[in-house]
Amino acid sequence: MSDITESPAAPATAVFVNIGERTNVTGSAKFKKLILNGDYDAALDVARQQVENGAQIIDINMDEAMLDSEAAMVRFLNLVASEPDISRVPVMIDSSKWSVIEAGLKCVQGKSIVNSISLKEGEKLFLEQAKKVLRYGAAVVVMAFDEKGQADTIARKVDICTRSYRLLVDKCGFAPEDIIFDPNIFAVATGIDEHNNYAIDFIEATRQIKATLPHCHISGGVSNISFSFRGNEPVRQAMHSVFLYHAIKAGMDMGIVNAGQLAVYEDIPMELRERVEDVILNRRPDSTDRLLSIAEKFKEGGAEAKGPDLAWRNLPVQERLTHALVSGIADFIDADTEEARAEIAARDGKPLEVIEGPLMTGMNVVGDLFGAGKMFLPQVVKSARVMKKAVAYLIPYIEAEKAKNLAAGGPAERANNGKIIMATVKGDVHDIGKNIVGVVLQCNNYEVIDLGVMVPCAKILEAAKKENADIIGLSGLITPSLEEMAYVAKEMQREGMTIPLLIGGATTSKVHTAVKIAPGYDSPVVYVLDASRAVGVASNLLSAQQKAPFVAEVAAEYAKMREAHARSQTQKKRQTLADARANKLKINWAGTKPERPRVLGVTVFEDYDLAELTRRIDWTPFFQTWELAGKYPDILGDKVVGETARQLYNDAQAMLQRLIGEKWITAKAVIGLWPANSVNDDDIEIYADDTRSKVIATLHGMRQQMVRGDSERANLCLSDYIAPKGSGVADYIGGFAVTTGHGVDEKAAAFEKNHDDYSSILVKALADRLAEAFAERMHERVRKEFWGYATGETLTNEQLIAEQYRGIRPAPGYPASPDHTEKSTLWTLLDAEKNAGIKLTDSFAMWPGAAVSGFYFAHSDAKYFGVGKIERDQVEDLARRKGKTLAEMERWLAPNLNYDA
Amino acid sequence: MPAARAARIAALHEALKHRILVLDGAMGTMIQRHTPALTEADFRGTRFANHAKEVKGNNDLLNITRPDVIGSIERAYLDAGADIIETNTFSATRIAQADYALEDAARDINLEGAKLARAAADEFTSKNPAKPRWVAGAFGPTNRTASISPDVNDPGFRNVTFDQLKAAYKEEAQALIEGGVDLFLVETIFDTLNAKAAILAIEETFDDLGETLPVMISGTITDQSGRTLSGQTAEAFWNSLRHVKPLSIGFNCALGAAQMRPYISEVSRVADVYISAYPNAGLPNAFGEYDETPVQTAGHLSAWAKDGLVNIVGGCCGTTPDHIRSIAQSVQGLKPRSIPTVPKKMRLSGLEPFALAS
Repeated sequence: MSDITESPAAPATAVFVNIGERTNVTGSAKFKKLILNGDYDAALDVARQQVENGAQIIDINMDEAMLDSEAAMVRFLNLVASEPDISRVPVMIDSSKWSVIEAGLKCVQGKSIVNSISLKEGEKLFLEQAKKVLRYGAAVVVMAFDEKGQADTIARKVDICTRSYRLLVDKCGFAPEDIIFDPNIFAVATGIDEHNNYAIDFIEATRQIKATLPHCHISGGVSNISFSFRGNEPVRQAMHSVFLYHAIKAGMDMGIVNAGQLAVYEDIPMELRERVEDVILNRRPDSTDRLLSIAEKFKEGGAEAKGPDLAWRNLPVQERLTHALVSGIADFIDADTEEARAEIAARDGKPLEVIEGPLMTGMNVVGDLFGAGKMFLPQVVKSARVMKKAVAYLIPYIEAEKAKNLAAGGPAERANNGKIIMATVKGDVHDIGKNIVGVVLQCNNYEVIDLGVMVPCAKILEAAKKENADIIGLSGLITPSLEEMAYVAKEMQREGMTIPLLIGGATTSKVHTAVKIAPGYDSPVVYVLDASRAVGVASNLLSAQQKAPFVAEVAAEYAKMREAHARSQTQKKRQTLADARANKLKINWAGTKPERPRVLGVTVFEDYDLAELTRRIDWTPFFQTWELAGKYPDILGDKVVGETARQLYNDAQAMLQRLIGEKWITAKAVIGLWPANSVNDDDIEIYADDTRSKVIATLHGMRQQMVRGDSERANLCLSDYIAPKGSGVADYIGGFAVTTGHGVDEKAAAFEKNHDDYSSILVKALADRLAEAFAERMHERVRKEFWGYATGETLTNEQLIAEQYRGIRPAPGYPASPDHTEKSTLWTLLDAEKNAGIKLTDSFAMWPGAAVSGFYFAHSDAKYFGVGKIERDQVEDLARRKGKTLAEMERWLAPNLNYDA
Repeated sequence: MPAARAARIAALHEALKHRILVLDGAMGTMIQRHTPALTEADFRGTRFANHAKEVKGNNDLLNITRPDVIGSIERAYLDAGADIIETNTFSATRIAQADYALEDAARDINLEGAKLARAAADEFTSKNPAKPRWVAGAFGPTNRTASISPDVNDPGFRNVTFDQLKAAYKEEAQALIEGGVDLFLVETIFDTLNAKAAILAIEETFDDLGETLPVMISGTITDQSGRTLSGQTAEAFWNSLRHVKPLSIGFNCALGAAQMRPYISEVSRVADVYISAYPNAGLPNAFGEYDETPVQTAGHLSAWAKDGLVNIVGGCCGTTPDHIRSIAQSVQGLKPRSIPTVPKKMRLSGLEPFALAS
């Protein structure tokens, strides 16, 4: 409709308003069904879609015999009031019953339109109702209807409207600009000759009314005109467009018609357009017959063909871009971007203006919706994909412009809100969260320079200086990364840098940032909880006005947290390691006989069946990755995020199919089972064979040191679950390393190259889930087959996820065993690098990242626990046992120290 | 209409053509600062000595129980130079008084509130007839909202209906007129639908009495999102209420002058009526106190006046007679904003404005 609708800049002033009737029970069978079934959530979605698709006003009608129309109107309007993305536009309260209209008027804070009143029942009632409309603060549609009936001739239409106008303006004090006349659109081409001039009558009446009654508006129900062609949508659409084309020229400025029921005037096939024009303008006596004779030809393959609703393709280019960005549709983005670029170029604008103007306008809508919780992360990432494609399309033009500028001696200009360096710190390989934050920042017009994973401090600082970055953002998932981040902060201080430092990632926290990182750097250090906060933080930090108060606020908050932390430290009393050991878990080993694994030693799985693993996926954390809160499968039906979750889930399923079918990744695993006994309370010796004569490795455990008081709870260490050497009981332990990461980075890089961050993040998130599923599956097979201590176990996937089985598989670096360096022992035992292709980084992160490792403990009392904070005595003891220096151990265990090292 | 009131209203219209009028400042702030501090017994007086619920904090009740305190605060504002003083009836609807189980006192609170302000204003007018003083009957927002659900789990729920609000406001309007106010001030509007109910009640009261008083409308932009609590932008807010043809539109409360300016500027551009503005004395500090000095507040407001944005200025939370004195001095002699001619368009609103050219 680009020929007749002005784009809705704020504050919107339109020249023609298209009022959809999708929330009209008389106009939409679907909406009627939803309301009759009481499905107001879905009914709201209909309204929301209408607004998203560009409706400037929404018509709401509940006139249905089976309904309590008054109650339905009130309920629906009250619900709409709670949906800012719907209630931002005015409503048209549409009913033939005054009581329903008045009930509706009592629910809307905005200025709405009443549809309608008329002189049908005389002047007195007309004036009464008009006065009420005025006092409730609404505009009004007046039907051309009087005591004698509906106006069907030009003269009657004009007379009744004139009479109504004078009553409203002179007697009632109604503002003339708030009066909208509906001079009745009737069906043409009905076969009855008297009807042939109905369109002309409307158009001509419109012309006269507009000429004689200042400031009023003309509206009408457009679909009436084509009533006789029910079932032939292409012809109906053509009739609507042709009729509007002429009526709008005559002064019609409002119409009730669904945008999807309008063809673009210029796009109507010539033959059809001409014959429709004959009918509308009553140009020849045989118009109807001639249109009928070709109507069938246009029926098939028309707009009735099922497929995506492409009505939005008829919108002006800005709205198409916004729609594509909000809806994440990349199909047309190159063409639309080109159109916007050509428009701007035509008025001597620069290619960059396409980004700053139309594209950012669209992304701002995305940002606002995301900020308001009306869009969710997966959708935003899809929006980013569209944005990136558009930008990629523009790059050659921008480069050419830049070259031209530089050649002319002009300055290079700044095109974004700020430049942000992002990196996953040295030793860490996890980047899904960082990538999401990067995408969200890019969506908001920040230039993000992503240095990738395992980035050494020096490289981060160097890049920041070279790029003249405005902010550095650090990410990490494993606990040693916390220390690395503190180190980066100190280095930034030493180098005299002043740009803000953002901290994020799974193990990071506000407290850690406040206590351990911020004190090392005099300039702002801000913890960012998740992607949704990143933009707010960045924009505050880079705003001339808001920076100072924001920084002061954060600094004050962190100072308070440091104080609170210091206070809580003094309260967290620990006991000595000796006392803690005395309170170890006392399992009565006498007479017990742990099951001997059926297969001792190492077993390698070269290329595990991925299909088997997909069935084991625990989906709940998958949704958490995308910041969608809720438990699977309930989340798919969630009121707020359900739709997004379903879409994401469908995308994930589709990708899984391809991932398996096209074998994007290879799953590898290695497990090992060995004779073992605990020694010296906290350590576990692992033996080469049943003779238990040759120790092939010693695991060094960490023990809880919290004060238990008179409680009966033990101070646990994993070694408690293995029979002591002195007990004479032959016990066993296992270890494993699995990965589904081989091939992931290549696939993700391919997606990124195609500007498709969404798929890139999706494939990584799926690989992570598959790795977890793999670990879960291997654990099950160990219990049932390889160790075989639970051959009879039958658990559902849910029970497996809930860990309702015997035995645990704790990983080094996680709460029960916080010492990451133990992983190197496990790697030696399994030869995991050779057997599963998994490397360890300097910080003992696994590479590829989609990997899980750990030890198997089979005792029925074994459960997961957290070691918590430990005292210096234990760190000293551990350093001695492991043959490392105290300082080195303190560095690895920094997050667990109950003292300042 | 009583001739005296008609003459005062005519004088008000005349005065607005020539100068910027000054509203009073905060009532609550001054009541809190009263020494000795008012006690439960002060609030109860003799009439409510045996009332079942605690009433301390029900400032409007003081119209009945400590009229001396309210009268002296109003006189302090008049002495500081306020042209228009508000009745102490911010929470005097039966809906708001329900918190204290004093629904049935609502009428008397309004009546006495109007009488008190009338007496104080007349006293100052008679002292200096060249500077007439007016009384604005104040309507607060009540503690309920007609377009926001108090229950997050049921967004369609409302704990007050439009008709309940209208009835309560009507009772208030009748009593305020009877008590002698010159105009109405519907203020601190969080939810435009509440204000629409108040305005409809006022118009129905005019119908009943056969006389019409000027109505001032003052919304509240709750934060720097630039929206009312119920989500409307400044222009959308104006579009929702312009049908009443008010004497003025503007904003008060929630923001200090520094933060309020863009919204006053926005509404000043689109509204073809007078503009009022009475911000808080800055934003509250960490202890909930307002730190802005009289000179600072007056500096902001006089700058607006110089830029042609305002016709009526005053103060809200945290402002004192000293603030009003500074404001009155600072805008004295400055030219009031002239009402712009705004193109005729059908101006609608949801949360955002929409216009269809005529």
